[in-house]
Amino acid sequence: MSELIDLTAAQAAKLTRAGELDPAELFEAYRARAAGDELNAFTWVADVAPAGPPAAGAPLGGVPLAVKDLFCTEGVPSQAGSRILEGYRPPYTATVVAQLAAGGAPLLGKTNQDEFAMGSSNENSGYGPVLNPWDRSRVPGGSSGGSAAAVAAGLAPWAIGTDTGGSIRQPAALCGIVGLKPTYGACSRYGMIAFASSLDQAGPLTRDVTDAAMLLAHMIGHDERDSTSLPFPGEIALPAREDLRGVRFGVPEELAGDGIEPGVLDSFRATLELAKRLGATVEPCTLPHAPHALSAYYLIAPAEASANLARYDGVRYGLRVDAPDLISMYTRTRSAGFGPEVKRRIMLGTYALSSGYYDAYYGTAQKVRTMIAEDFRAVFEGFDFVVTPTSPWTAFELGAKTADPLAMYLNDFCTVPMPLAGIPAVSIPSGLSAGLPVGFQLAGPAFSESRLLDAAYALEQAIGFDGSAARR
Amino acid sequence: MSTEYEPVIGLEIHVQLATRTKMFCGCDLSFGDPPNTHTCPVCLGLPGTLPVLNARAVHFGVLIGLALGSQIAERSLFHRKNYFYPDLPKGYQISQYDVPLCSGGSLGEVCIHRVHLEEDAAKLVHVGESGRIHGSDRSVVDFNRGGTPLVEIVTEPDLHAPDQAREWLTLLRATLKRLGVSDVNMDEGSLRCDANVSVRPVGSQQLGTKTELKNMNSFRYLERGVRAEIERQIGLLQSGEAVAQETLHFDPASDRLTPLRSKEEAHDYRYFPEPDLVPLVVTGEMHAAAQADLAELPAARAKRFEQQLGLAPDRARELAFRTELGDYYERALAADGHDPVTVANWIPQLVERIGSDADPAQSKVTPEALATLAGMVSAKEVARDAARDVLTRLVAEGGDPRTIVEERGLGSLTADDGGLTEIIDRAIAADPAAAEQVRQGNMRAVGPLVGFVMKETKGRADGGEVTRLIRERVG
Repeated sequence: MSELIDLTAAQAAKLTRAGELDPAELFEAYRARAAGDELNAFTWVADVAPAGPPAAGAPLGGVPLAVKDLFCTEGVPSQAGSRILEGYRPPYTATVVAQLAAGGAPLLGKTNQDEFAMGSSNENSGYGPVLNPWDRSRVPGGSSGGSAAAVAAGLAPWAIGTDTGGSIRQPAALCGIVGLKPTYGACSRYGMIAFASSLDQAGPLTRDVTDAAMLLAHMIGHDERDSTSLPFPGEIALPAREDLRGVRFGVPEELAGDGIEPGVLDSFRATLELAKRLGATVEPCTLPHAPHALSAYYLIAPAEASANLARYDGVRYGLRVDAPDLISMYTRTRSAGFGPEVKRRIMLGTYALSSGYYDAYYGTAQKVRTMIAEDFRAVFEGFDFVVTPTSPWTAFELGAKTADPLAMYLNDFCTVPMPLAGIPAVSIPSGLSAGLPVGFQLAGPAFSESRLLDAAYALEQAIGFDGSAARR
Repeated sequence: MSTEYEPVIGLEIHVQLATRTKMFCGCDLSFGDPPNTHTCPVCLGLPGTLPVLNARAVHFGVLIGLALGSQIAERSLFHRKNYFYPDLPKGYQISQYDVPLCSGGSLGEVCIHRVHLEEDAAKLVHVGESGRIHGSDRSVVDFNRGGTPLVEIVTEPDLHAPDQAREWLTLLRATLKRLGVSDVNMDEGSLRCDANVSVRPVGSQQLGTKTELKNMNSFRYLERGVRAEIERQIGLLQSGEAVAQETLHFDPASDRLTPLRSKEEAHDYRYFPEPDLVPLVVTGEMHAAAQADLAELPAARAKRFEQQLGLAPDRARELAFRTELGDYYERALAADGHDPVTVANWIPQLVERIGSDADPAQSKVTPEALATLAGMVSAKEVARDAARDVLTRLVAEGGDPRTIVEERGLGSLTADDGGLTEIIDRAIAADPAAAEQVRQGNMRAVGPLVGFVMKETKGRADGGEVTRLIRERVG
């Protein structure tokens, strides 16, 4: 059994496609592990394997997939980590989930998350926090904490999540796995319960870079149901590059110095040394507006969220708390259904859009966003990738930051500029600091995913990170 | 000395577009189908769903803009208009805000401020006596209407009388109908009109405080509502009170205006650009496609009827402002190249018989039949009175007017017809005093004699011809 679990998803898919491994056996092995989940990573687990084997030659080989609860799955609870959607079973399936199922990755279960993807520790879930498999007294990161913990702990071969300000990359870093946020528009958002529409993107959380490339290849593409999705230029090939000769890494001083935990900084610098040995050039670069990214993000994302979450009114689906009149019903339903962080962001966003404040807050934030995109564009004229630590620190203890929202928001310090610019970024494990995983982030220009994965793969081979301890 | 006041009126018109599907999803539009049978995850606002813009609605929007002479924006934006209401499943309406599809333009004497695209709300049915949300026991929602494509047309405050507002709305309705972009049916709500009304002392250039009138869902109600509001405002000002800026509901049963307390209260809609849609870009091809679909509009048609066909201005407008009448008229003209004025004069006769709202093309009278009948009257083959009877018969049974005239012996009696001369002689014999007066030149006395003849001939004789013959006979 443990041998099965130690296979990467790509290795397992190769075996099932070759007829050397029964996909039903593989599904059941993971189903049993997910059902015995002690990390609270899953909010729903499939009862039985899907009927019949995957279609002959299905590239993903029937390797089961854990799906963040933010994705709608037909007939299966899709609660977005919120009590306001408790028991909600949508009548349709999200495009990326459907594409992955068609590619041969059946639904294993739905994973826990911060409510409506608002959080960086998974402590904002309406269904309880997820525990970090490296140390169960610590958080797995968020908001895709359930997906990250499930993959790291070997409860799922691979998973998908969503990233708005770091929600794939930061939990991937804290759990010692790979997490990729694609270019905005690369993957359809149809069926992804919206947090901040102009930032949300689906992406893979996997044990290694090859698995991430395999999943991503089946997630991309224009969807006529999502006007903001785009045809992906070219294909995602499996990464094979072993060196980094001629690759130029830019290290932005704004995101790789002050405020980063020493152990994280050590691992980051060691990885840069490895990159040089692989042939990369490593030079400082500057993203002058990056320090303002967090402020802009915490205006734009809550503003969009304040509108996106208005539909949870108790009228048509989800929770309803009855009251003698309409306004009281709205108020009671939303008071009972939303957690404190969601309420905080709805209020922030509502305020930022208010008449008389719009220009000062939302309008200014959009200008900053444009400047940040411009900063990256300028950097990519001289560099192939921008590299930073993924998270300023390793996994912190449960409850350590819950009393201070602003300290919690700093988790996203290194990951927020990329979604504001719409560009792709990947986090790979670069080693351990005091026994806890550290993430290394690479960001590239829009639609540079193939190159990004190639570079990440070369580094991954050189680093040789061993995550098996978390699967025990 | 009492001040004279001038009303200032602007209209906001919502028009449901006659596309096949809704604004942002693939559900069919419907009217009168069972509630909640034309819905999908998108128009129900289910979590995770996204809007996709209806290209046909954009085409119609551009078409309307071109018809009104508006500037068509090459790039316009959709915004979210945020408010909570059970008829709005997303908690916001997707509309256009500071960068609308069309700006400026005019129709007749009224300038257009803007034309933009948006989605309709669902329909709330208030169960209870009042039929309004206040005082109802409960409300139920029908999402069939939710997401129907709308254009909102906003005029400048260029109207100055209630009947002028009504007349202008008639022209707008005819224009939209002619474009084929909407059913423009006020009863069914595919054309809805709100009015902004203020008054100011005559000669003043400053606008007074305006009120917004809702529920003007017929042409008559618009005129009555605006008239009642102008009177109310003038009354307030004359008694030294101020007009309060508010939204009023017009009750057609009592002609009373009551302040509306609902979602229409002062709101901060927190508009921001809709992140689920990309900017709307109108390409050269889209522009050209709309241009190609631009039909002759009612105002231009009326002018053509007047200038090229010689119709009186009132008759020209009567036919041109109701597209179906104008179309019917032109088909009749094409069938028989007769005097356009005579043919035009027969259309109101037909309308009178089929009902003022009916489409003559749906009646049993073909345009060809009406043209034939008009031609027969002009050629004096049938007398006017008899022709009216023929028309009544055509409305009831259809058919060919010539056959009806022949079968029923309704053809004109003429002097060559021995019968007519004989009847005229009898008329003179029956009223020699009148005949004597006619002989002395008093033509007013001819009436009773003509009446006698008409009665005897059952209207088959031509009045002018009869008069001429009487004068001839009395010598």
